[in-house]
Amino acid sequence: MTLLRYIPLLPLAACAINMFFGARLGKKSAGLLACAAVGASFAIALYVFMLLPATGLFRDTLYTWLESGAFRVNVSFQVDALTAVMLLVVTGIGFLIHIYSLGYMDHDEGMVRFFVYLNLFVFFMLLLVMGDSLLLLFVGWEGVGLCSYLLIGFWYQDHNNTIAGNKAFIVNRIGDFGFVLGILLLVTELGRQGFWTLDFAELQKHVNLLSPSTVTAITLLLFVGATGKSAQIPLFVWLPDAMAGPTPVSALIHAATMVTAGVYMTARLHFLFALAPVTLALIAAIGTATAFFAATIALTQTDIKRVLAYSTVSQLGYMFLAVGVGAFGAAIFHLFTHAFFKACLFLGSGSVIHAMGGEQDMRKMGGLKSHMPATYWTYVIATLAIAGAPLTAGFFSKDLILWQAYSSAHGSQGLWLIAWLTAGMTAFYMFRQLFMVFHGGSRADPHAQAHLHESPAVMTVPLMILAVGSIFSGWLGAPAYLWGSRWDHWLGPVFGGAHDAHHGAVQTEINLMLLTLVIVAAGIGLAYLKFGRPGAAVDQGAGTGGILYRISLNKYYVDEIYDWLLVRPFTAISDWLAWVFDLAVIDGIVNGVAGGARAMSSIWRALQTGNVQHYVMGFLAGTLALLAYYLGQP
Amino acid sequence: MSLFALGELTLLLAIPVIGAVLLLFVPRRQTQALFSLALLASAVTFLWSLKVFNLFDGANGEMQLLELIPWMPAFGIEYLIGIDGISLFLVLLTTLLMPLAILASWSVKDRVKEYLIFMLLLETGMLGAFVALDLFLFYVFWEVMLVPMYFLIGVWGGARRVYAALKFVIYTMAGSLLMLVAIIYLATRYAQETQVLTFDLLRIYALQLPFEQQSWLFFAFALSFAIKVPLFPFHTWLPDAHVEAPTAGSVILAGVLLKLGTYGFLRFAIPLFPDAALAAAPLFVALAVVGIIYGAVVAMMQTDIKKLVAYSSVSHLGFVMLGLFALNVQGIQGAIYQMLNHGLSTGALFLLVGMIYDRRHSRLIADFGGLWKQVPLFSALLLAVTFSSIGLPGLNGFIGEFLILLGAFSVTPLWTAAAATGVVLGAIYMLWMIRRVIFGPLNQPENQKLTDLNGREILILAPILALIVLMGVYPQPFLDRMKPSVDLTLKKVFAAQAVAIHRPDNGADR
Repeated sequence: MTLLRYIPLLPLAACAINMFFGARLGKKSAGLLACAAVGASFAIALYVFMLLPATGLFRDTLYTWLESGAFRVNVSFQVDALTAVMLLVVTGIGFLIHIYSLGYMDHDEGMVRFFVYLNLFVFFMLLLVMGDSLLLLFVGWEGVGLCSYLLIGFWYQDHNNTIAGNKAFIVNRIGDFGFVLGILLLVTELGRQGFWTLDFAELQKHVNLLSPSTVTAITLLLFVGATGKSAQIPLFVWLPDAMAGPTPVSALIHAATMVTAGVYMTARLHFLFALAPVTLALIAAIGTATAFFAATIALTQTDIKRVLAYSTVSQLGYMFLAVGVGAFGAAIFHLFTHAFFKACLFLGSGSVIHAMGGEQDMRKMGGLKSHMPATYWTYVIATLAIAGAPLTAGFFSKDLILWQAYSSAHGSQGLWLIAWLTAGMTAFYMFRQLFMVFHGGSRADPHAQAHLHESPAVMTVPLMILAVGSIFSGWLGAPAYLWGSRWDHWLGPVFGGAHDAHHGAVQTEINLMLLTLVIVAAGIGLAYLKFGRPGAAVDQGAGTGGILYRISLNKYYVDEIYDWLLVRPFTAISDWLAWVFDLAVIDGIVNGVAGGARAMSSIWRALQTGNVQHYVMGFLAGTLALLAYYLGQP
Repeated sequence: MSLFALGELTLLLAIPVIGAVLLLFVPRRQTQALFSLALLASAVTFLWSLKVFNLFDGANGEMQLLELIPWMPAFGIEYLIGIDGISLFLVLLTTLLMPLAILASWSVKDRVKEYLIFMLLLETGMLGAFVALDLFLFYVFWEVMLVPMYFLIGVWGGARRVYAALKFVIYTMAGSLLMLVAIIYLATRYAQETQVLTFDLLRIYALQLPFEQQSWLFFAFALSFAIKVPLFPFHTWLPDAHVEAPTAGSVILAGVLLKLGTYGFLRFAIPLFPDAALAAAPLFVALAVVGIIYGAVVAMMQTDIKKLVAYSSVSHLGFVMLGLFALNVQGIQGAIYQMLNHGLSTGALFLLVGMIYDRRHSRLIADFGGLWKQVPLFSALLLAVTFSSIGLPGLNGFIGEFLILLGAFSVTPLWTAAAATGVVLGAIYMLWMIRRVIFGPLNQPENQKLTDLNGREILILAPILALIVLMGVYPQPFLDRMKPSVDLTLKKVFAAQAVAIHRPDNGADR
């Protein structure tokens, strides 16, 4: 199906046009072109989605990319049910965020550059989800990392932004180190069995040739890559800093799409991960730990975007919990709903920051409700959704994960308990944010207050669409005791019914759901009491609260620990090698040999005329003498 | 046989020399004419190399366009040249980089005539070394190259140019002396066996030597090549030479000269002494991997951008060596590809550093910052080349690195895993440099007056950038033409081991 190639190529073409001619086109045309390209991709994706049969697969092969010996990889795209979901998220939400950016970046002199990067990102993200081999996925994987780096450091004149960009790229590369080794191990081990391939369909056919320990090693290495890209323990540290980028970037790349690539990768290779129970157990443990740990940090943050960043880390943890218990469909479902409400929250925060003239500190906000009703109401809906209020999208997808964590063959009550506690914390910190930003009296300085305004329609309309999605996107995956899941029908064939989790009693499922509602309600109630009721005190951040509060506020000092444990020793060693070892030892020996030769021979010294011609003459004479000697021998 | 009944390759070697001779007749004051003539000569050489490329049969792994003229018949020394899928692209790289390097030499004001003559003679020397198939002829070209390079560094270089030039020449010569002894010994051994005195490489390939002799000869060749590469720990001449060399000198040095070392391994040391090469492979893999990591770690701390790029070359050529000594088709194809990549991306880096040096008269990272604001085009190109250098998929560097890692992983997974850390380290030192040079506030007054790249400079960089993208997106036309020759080389290595040894061949014959 040759239509497929246009889905990624249109944004790439727009990127190229704006790169070379953007300055001549002007900000407005360049922005519109960028939006039109992604919009067209979305339209094609939608068309392909309609045509796609239940268990079918479309493929579009362009050419042989890389062939060496028996190893061969094509540039080839595929769309199955899983990719179709990702396509709609990337192009659909990507389109809305492009539109929003027209308004948000309107006053920025770098707007053309912004859209060049953004289109390039969409291209690489589409390559990632459409590539029909693991290597092509990896190309997209690295490419989105590049765009993330460029966009985090978009406002490059501030050192903090570019430091955050470097951190993101390098931490991701550390993860990719594992990813690359995983690919190499996979391809060489299968190669030993006679199959030099990274094509997903071929891999699925032949993975049973691999020994269990090999599969465990491969999946562990690939998961290292996922912890980088999807910000899981221990490589999550880059994502909160990545908020230095413009807010639409945070919404698109660092919430809705790129950071979910790790989840997509594991789901795409479900047939491999399913064979590695040890890896799955580790993924579940790391996912749950990350979800919990990030939520405890989010409780005390005062920067509006940082709260959302830690909440993203936490929600990604939920997705990996689902992956770890073998519920790939549930993971992708949460990825899907999360894309709506988290994009809505980020864009809403962007609208707030825009209105506040760049202020991101929630302690200086408050009372924005009346100034920006559209932003407020969409924010309320998205907050309810992420907290898991009944009948919102988050309610369905999070509950499914909790239920799978409890009932799946790989699940346990311990996993459920931690995920359940995390749900309560999520409700608390999100409503704390809602109250601090929109309710109570305004704490902004008079100058900022005078400029408060609702954002233009080009920004609020995308918010409204996303708010609608924050409710209804979840209805596709309702549990059996309500109206049943269309989601399972859709993705079931891809995952081969690997997750038959409904062996628990329906009554248990309902009871657990009610328990979750209780803790969510408790979280919301507590947030209201502390921050929402009239006359509540404002969270002042530093200097208040006990030791736990300070640990949370300082993010467990993870950055500082990494700095002392890794960065400083590495820098010290590097410094010593460069300025002591290389100069004094290695080059010292070289110069020493030269000096020694000079000192030892007085004849040599006599020949030291400093005249290069003399040296060359001597050299030639010696050569000829040697030649004559050898050739003269019988 | 074409013009003057000379072969295509001979003409390729002759055009730069003809250019150099013609330069002698141009008055030294007319620098414009001198530059134009040199540029013309190197451009014609490039066009002629495209004709060679066109004549080349990519499906044939044997030597092509062979030319044989007896030179010193008494000693069995011949003028024997030819080209195969291994040397083809290295020749093209040389002919491409030379006009660009000359075009980048506009800022040379002193003794322009001599400078350009040396550049053209250097080109012939390098091309000759790539196409020579007579061992003695190869040695002559190998040494001839040193002379113009010595003067380019020693006369047109920076403050410590004499020290750097002498170090470069003496270090390289010291290494190649043993090679000369080994070459002569090889020829005499061949004469003993067959009663034919010859330095013909293609015939000497057939010579089967006992393991001990192979080992001595292998190390004599290997030492000379290892210094040239440079393989850790023989690398310390390189940072000195690069820092002192003029821009074009650095471009040619990094872009082409270093490749002669790795090419030497692939053309001579490995196939001539296969048993010794196989036995020594673990040692060379280890040194290569140490070099990858060491070069990267040391590069990180450099304060001079040129020195940083020089140490990054140590790291990148470590990858090439790793691929070569994987001794399978992926590793060697990746290694050749990586030689081309390094020539392009490091060549471009030196060009860019030279362009900013011409304006700012500094190469210290600390003297820059925030350049994107002032010179966006320069900054964007520097960024693009950086990502080529650190192997971003979609650009050329990734193809080479991935094939090398793939080839090496099936032979020695643990060393390969160590080598793969180079991918992380590369990002660290390059992006740190980028951050300090083009990002941040533009607060140094000297930098606020910089002007962006001019038309000539864009013309220099455009073809390199186009190739960086093309070779990343569509590598197959390159790899296809290399493959038959690589297979043939591997066959030479493993023919000696006719007894089946369990060694992954990575499907080379499939």
